[in-house]
Amino acid sequence: MKLTRRLFGGAAMATALMAGSMAQAQDPVRIALVVKALGIGFFEAAAKGAEEAAAELGNVEVIYTGPTDTTAEGQIEVINALIAQQVDAIAVSANDTDALVPALKKAMQRGITVISWDSGVAAEGRELHLNPSSSPLIGNMIIKMAADELPEGGQVAVLSATTTSTNQNTWIAEMNKVLGNYEGIEVVGTVYGDDLADKSYREATGLMQTYPDLKAIIAPTSVGIVAAARAVEDAGKVGQVNVTGLGLPSEMAGAIESGASKSFAIWNPIDLGYSATMLAYQLATDAAEAAPGAEIPMGRMGTLTLDDNTEGAMADPFVYDASNIADFKDIF
Amino acid sequence: MSDASLTPRSIPDRLHSPFSRLLASWDLLLLLVAVAIFIANSLASPYFLNAWNLSDATFNFTEKAMIAFAMALLIIAGEIDLSVAAIIALVSTAMGAAASVGVGTPGLVAIALATGIACGAFNGLLVTRMGLPSIVVTIGTMSLFRGISYIVLGDGAYRDYPSDFSYFGQGYVFWVISFEFVLFALLAVAYYVLLHRTNFGRTVFAIGNNPTAAQFSGIRVARVKFILFLLTGVMSAVAAICLTSRLGSTRPSIGMGWELEVVTMVVLGGVSILGGAGSIPGVVIAAFVMGLLTFGLGLLNVPGIVMSIFIGLMLIGVIALPRLWKMWRK
Repeated sequence: MKLTRRLFGGAAMATALMAGSMAQAQDPVRIALVVKALGIGFFEAAAKGAEEAAAELGNVEVIYTGPTDTTAEGQIEVINALIAQQVDAIAVSANDTDALVPALKKAMQRGITVISWDSGVAAEGRELHLNPSSSPLIGNMIIKMAADELPEGGQVAVLSATTTSTNQNTWIAEMNKVLGNYEGIEVVGTVYGDDLADKSYREATGLMQTYPDLKAIIAPTSVGIVAAARAVEDAGKVGQVNVTGLGLPSEMAGAIESGASKSFAIWNPIDLGYSATMLAYQLATDAAEAAPGAEIPMGRMGTLTLDDNTEGAMADPFVYDASNIADFKDIF
Repeated sequence: MSDASLTPRSIPDRLHSPFSRLLASWDLLLLLVAVAIFIANSLASPYFLNAWNLSDATFNFTEKAMIAFAMALLIIAGEIDLSVAAIIALVSTAMGAAASVGVGTPGLVAIALATGIACGAFNGLLVTRMGLPSIVVTIGTMSLFRGISYIVLGDGAYRDYPSDFSYFGQGYVFWVISFEFVLFALLAVAYYVLLHRTNFGRTVFAIGNNPTAAQFSGIRVARVKFILFLLTGVMSAVAAICLTSRLGSTRPSIGMGWELEVVTMVVLGGVSILGGAGSIPGVVIAAFVMGLLTFGLGLLNVPGIVMSIFIGLMLIGVIALPRLWKMWRK
């Protein structure tokens, strides 16, 4: 008994020592990618991007984790466990802007780098926030996608969510600002489908009846774009009217296949996970500091410029078309 | 008592000595499980045996355990309250609304307790006066209470809590001993005394075993049940104070799904889901088991889905083991 104990004790000690010396030799930077909930395709894709960044940086260990369902309480338990492990950085897509702040503040007090990405945390609970894109970039992208298919110019219409949807209204306003850059493109009207499939479908049908020469419908909403594509297919106007805007690859694969939509955009979760990991690494290794106006490199995604609220926009929304839809339609 | 054979009328207080009962008890088995988890955790992760980490880990169960104490009494009495998490949401919303118009911490606590009592009374009245089954009533009030929070808050949040309010969920009484843990310990003792050392506790067991017999032996069954619903409401309010203070904000989704975790804790603690049996020490140990298990697995970065599987298996084991034991003895 004594012997075995001694043997085991010795072995355990040796292992511990070895682990210790290995840690000293390599000392990997441990970055935790905390997501809203596990088992969501979007976040699994982000984790892939994080692994890509880790491989590129070398000497980085990514801990991909999150609660079972999208609750702030569950995320706090996960964050407490990460604090206990003394990870180097936490990059979180938050279930709650405010509720995570006390837990994340505690993490920062104990020397852990904290950033938020995708879904942000209030400014006092993180060092920086990575937005997937920005309103001006989105506004420009939705009109650009329509214009790229219309070299001769033509009439386009917008199918939005509700009249009070802040996001959509901001994007449409940004779109109108850059409209002058696209010659011959005329926005003939904006209709509201209230993010309801049937109402969006009726509004899209109505647009095609009101404007027989309509060349494109821009729907910056994932519900509207699917409904508009269906309406175009049902009206037999595939090839005549192009549907574009913001949508999810899984829902839009059919519309791309039928030709009702030539292309659409949304952020790329792989790039998002990649950039979040890059930024967390830069801050955790003190290679960069999160301050208003700072420019922080994030590998192949360029640099992130922080605004006064220490937030930054990653890139243009990523464009999905017939060439890449197959790779993404199973992801999210 | 030792001379049981002297007079024919003497009936022993207990059939077995306290020690032999302890040996055969659920509590002991559970305690062994807790110790095993503790040892396994210390071996599996170098970060486990650290005072601050263990202190952080207690937050995983203290709030739920506070509700579990009252829930244990309720389940022993043959009723159940599935609206506890919704009461948390409503209490937290009430506190948030009050805080946003400048009510101070003592006022917030008073409002919380009053809201909790009102919710408990509502459940209790529906069950005891109208004679409705508690599972149906509280599934209904679960939607009702949380629904009110959603109507009030929508997708907004209350976050203007006074700074001293954060003590309940983030304060420490002494070194790593948090306020929540002290409250948990005090409530554990209080509920132990209430259930195992008072007449009231005896009546709770009596009602759970046979409400009709209890009624005919002069126990006011409806009143006792009503009091238990009130207690559950109050404990939900206490948990809501701690949780809101820990989060520093209120959203209508606060504490979502906790009712099942609380019931799991109670059943794991050896309380019979059919009523009539159970103990507070069992619930306390079950709280530790669940807290240590989730924290330990969290340290190993085991995904939450796997954790749920562990807890599910443990629960099924807990319910199946006594049955299997009986079948085997026959």
